[in-house]
Amino acid sequence: MIIRISGEDQYRLSDADGERLNGLETAVSAAVESHDEHAFAEAYRVLLDHVRTSGERVGDDEIENSDVILPPADTTLAEAAGEFTGEGLIPD
Amino acid sequence: MAGLTGRMSTVVKAKVSKLLDRAEDPAETLDYSYQKQVEQLQNVKKGIADVVTAKKRLQMQETSLQQAVVKLDTQARQALSSGQEDLARTALERKNVAQTELQSLDTQVNELEGQQEKLTESEQKLRAKIEAFRTKKEVIKAQYSAAEAQVRISEAATGVGEQMADVGLAMQRAVDKTENMRARADAVSELESAGAFEDLTALGSGEDDIDRQLKGLSSQSEVDDELAKMKGEIGTGGGERAQLGSQSEGTSPGEGAPASGSGAGEAQQAPADSGQS
Repeated sequence: MIIRISGEDQYRLSDADGERLNGLETAVSAAVESHDEHAFAEAYRVLLDHVRTSGERVGDDEIENSDVILPPADTTLAEAAGEFTGEGLIPD
Repeated sequence: MAGLTGRMSTVVKAKVSKLLDRAEDPAETLDYSYQKQVEQLQNVKKGIADVVTAKKRLQMQETSLQQAVVKLDTQARQALSSGQEDLARTALERKNVAQTELQSLDTQVNELEGQQEKLTESEQKLRAKIEAFRTKKEVIKAQYSAAEAQVRISEAATGVGEQMADVGLAMQRAVDKTENMRARADAVSELESAGAFEDLTALGSGEDDIDRQLKGLSSQSEVDDELAKMKGEIGTGGGERAQLGSQSEGTSPGEGAPASGSGAGEAQQAPADSGQS
């Protein structure tokens, strides 16, 4: 599956790695719900790192549509409130 | 699955498919899509130029504030030497405000610098995607039937569109931040042009509005400390030192004020820095 980190790159993740995202997103959503800026920043950093390290960067000359678009790394808690709704990144 | 899988890509897909529905001839659609992409790349370039302009503006503001800091320091010393402690305090209050603003401007300039770099990277990626699209469209034209081509064009065009939308989002964020910075910087410029940092000698006995505003903005404890330090250096009322007051304006404040000294140095470098960007 193709994941885009907004403002950065697209990454190609295996299905298993892609599914792990939903687990990581739970922590992000929890931080958003409890309005914990610090926990949010940390949880989102972990999630993005997972994408960057387990994924393979899509070449600039490849044209691919993303399955998931993640907000930019410098997203604030307030901005994230509208994005992380706890429904999971990847629909069942 | 509301947010993440992309409000953005949904919008892009809708726009692209609308475009494709309208076109009868895939080849024409391809050329049109490509032409649109090239146009939008120009907009991205313009957006980057706007960020650069905003940065230069802030850098100019930094230079003028650095000059104000040097000047106010000199004025404070002159006032203190001639025994006008109130006037010296006012000058130091204004200097304190100017210095605080300088620090914040510095942070903002660095932030803009980072955004400019990121946008430039994004522009290069977008350019690569558009180039890939250009190659792909020729292949599609040559190899596929109209019906097949339609599907492939849609895929390719939304792929480029997604990249475009992402650059657009990054630009919007940069512009929003720049706007906030500009509002702050303008507020200080207003105080500056209202004479807050200039006509110290014209100050009457009563506090004016500007003075009250500045007093609120400055850190009184820092001003107290600096005033005490300056008194120690000058030796208030000392006959020999009192001559400082008669020195011409713009004289270097001397080693007693390291902050303003380095400020003047940066001021000289600023035009060279902005020239490189």
